[in-house]
Amino acid sequence: MFRRNLTAVAVTLAFHGAALAQDVNPKAERSETAFNPAISLILQGTYADTSQDPNTFQITGFMPSGGEVGPPKRSFSLGESELVLSANVDPYFRGHLVAALTPENEVEVEEAYFQTLALGRGFTLKGGRFLSGIGYLNEIHQHAWDFQDAPLPYKAFLGGRLGQDGLQLRWVAPTPFFLEFGGEASSGDQFPGSDRNKNGLGGGSVFGHLGGDIGPSYAWRAGISYLRSSPDNRAYDDVDSAGGAVSNSFTGTAKLWIADAILKWAPGGNAARTNFKLQGEYFQFKQDGSLTYDDSGAGAVFGTVTGPFNTDQSGWYAQGVWQFMPRWRAGYRYDALRYGTVTNGIVNNGLGPTAADFPVLSNHSPSRNTAMIDWSPSEYSRLRVQYAQDKSRIGVTDNQIIVQYILSLGAHGAHRF
Amino acid sequence: MHWLKSALAAALLLAVAPAAAALNIFACEPEWGALARELAGDKASIYVATTAFQDPHRIEARPSLIARARSADLLVCTGAQLEVGWLPLLQTQSGNDRIQLGRPGYFEAAAYVTKLEVPRVLDRSLGDVHPAGNPHIHLDPHNIARVAEALSQRLAALDPANGDYYRAQSVRFLSRWREAIARWEKQGAALNGLPVVVYHRDLSYFINWLKLREAGALEPKPGIPPSAGHLGALLAQLGRQPARAVVRAAYNDPRPAEWLAERAKIPVVTVPYTVGGTEQAKDLFGLFDDTLARLLAVAK
Repeated sequence: MFRRNLTAVAVTLAFHGAALAQDVNPKAERSETAFNPAISLILQGTYADTSQDPNTFQITGFMPSGGEVGPPKRSFSLGESELVLSANVDPYFRGHLVAALTPENEVEVEEAYFQTLALGRGFTLKGGRFLSGIGYLNEIHQHAWDFQDAPLPYKAFLGGRLGQDGLQLRWVAPTPFFLEFGGEASSGDQFPGSDRNKNGLGGGSVFGHLGGDIGPSYAWRAGISYLRSSPDNRAYDDVDSAGGAVSNSFTGTAKLWIADAILKWAPGGNAARTNFKLQGEYFQFKQDGSLTYDDSGAGAVFGTVTGPFNTDQSGWYAQGVWQFMPRWRAGYRYDALRYGTVTNGIVNNGLGPTAADFPVLSNHSPSRNTAMIDWSPSEYSRLRVQYAQDKSRIGVTDNQIIVQYILSLGAHGAHRF
Repeated sequence: MHWLKSALAAALLLAVAPAAAALNIFACEPEWGALARELAGDKASIYVATTAFQDPHRIEARPSLIARARSADLLVCTGAQLEVGWLPLLQTQSGNDRIQLGRPGYFEAAAYVTKLEVPRVLDRSLGDVHPAGNPHIHLDPHNIARVAEALSQRLAALDPANGDYYRAQSVRFLSRWREAIARWEKQGAALNGLPVVVYHRDLSYFINWLKLREAGALEPKPGIPPSAGHLGALLAQLGRQPARAVVRAAYNDPRPAEWLAERAKIPVVTVPYTVGGTEQAKDLFGLFDDTLARLLAVAK
């Protein structure tokens, strides 16, 4: 034995030119199932009991984003099934696709992007459709969220969350602590932008993240993000004071600032038994431009009226999730929006329609309390019960009980911080 | 503003400091950090991403790890999908081209040894199975020797200027290591056939090396936490076929082991599992010395 190993050392020494091909006992380091991409599938579904009709959901005081931000359908309903495929394309690129099969039997491309592997020096370029790097929760896939739905500011200011069609460049600084900067250029066709049918960029964002550890037990990250988009005739439906259908559309610029922070605790850095996660984000959302009111579809009392329109609104949430024993977690979230100022030139100039003709924009600051408990029999399955007191609608409290399952099959997903 | 200038200067200094050493090594687990230390001495600056008290399966791609992976010249990891939940994120998020799969800066220890427990059936109903076999390879010291040879070659390839140094260190380490193996195998003969209950299959290579007998596992299936029902069944089984000890790694939850040991009237042996897991396991030699000493104490 001893002699044989000595021989091996001698051989090692003989090859002291040491190209990598001469590694002892070379074997395949890892293959992604013989060139097939890594495939995983997420299955989700809910049972919902809500005291208000989910079809009447609105976030009063805030221009509707058009996103699917309401509570799930009552009774049993299927959530989005996500199919994820990813693999290295070649030594230079990695490809990633997330397709969502919706309960309405449609396929949506949530993400489809390439990402560079070989730029080096801390740079990574991503292109295609991807979840924007702004905020904290935005880049986390919905099935990995700690609650069934997004916090109110995400619903009101980003239509749930922001997907970008464009390019993203990130740079990680060569520091022993985590410092990262990123920027995105996009078509800006997602809320708060809109499809513009114009050349050039419809939106862009920049963000910076700072993070690190505090001893072995704490890890943190904080960030600041800025998003700007230029919506062109971004439309939403409302009703006038007589109940007739109205189409409103906004043209101008939308600017969103987000400050986010997350702190995770696990005793000795071992999250297997107990751990705690505290996170919060603050949003400031401003829009400057003009609003066009059009009731020509329902009687044309005023026809088409356009006036200057500005908003200055904000929102925040804070949540804590505690794993108190293996498999079991409990969490609480408070989220709120501040109506701030909405200056509607059409109403102020007496051009015709009055504040009563813009019921969605009524002065209201929504808030919500949410509690959840979940049980994860293994790393790949989770059952959750969530209770929310939702004051998104003006003057009404919606008591929501949602039971949810999330299962993941196939390739082992990675745990994003 | 003065404090800001000082802070910026300090940040710059910190940023530049790691570049002073020839090689920046990022070791995924403490055992590979310790091995790199033996082979690279002071020619490398070594960052160890995890501790002996952390479950290596369940690490998150924390911001601090991304930052360290960003500047690494060499990742030394176990592979065999042990780090599948976090290492791929470090590779894709760090913007470091040197540590990508297939590049010289990516070293997987498990590629250089023969794996045990390669599953014949791959299905998650069997728990969190590793398709490439059991990845906890370092508790057989012969595997450490194999990895050491491959790693020293890799170091010399990445840093040819210090190639002779790495080769000399490797020869020195391996001769000390083989002497130690001979000593451990002599001492360990007393453990032959010793029936022990384990927590997770993370001691299989040790058990296989010194021919202990695994009399059961606290986890009903790999990666599934011990349940009351499973522990009850295990206790009944121990009534028929007794074991001599419940052995758990430093990072395992102590309570299921204590629950079973108390009722089966056998001791719990907490082994370091890796470097740093106990006070005595200061380096790779200490890891094996201490693991053996703790098991020999109950084998008498």
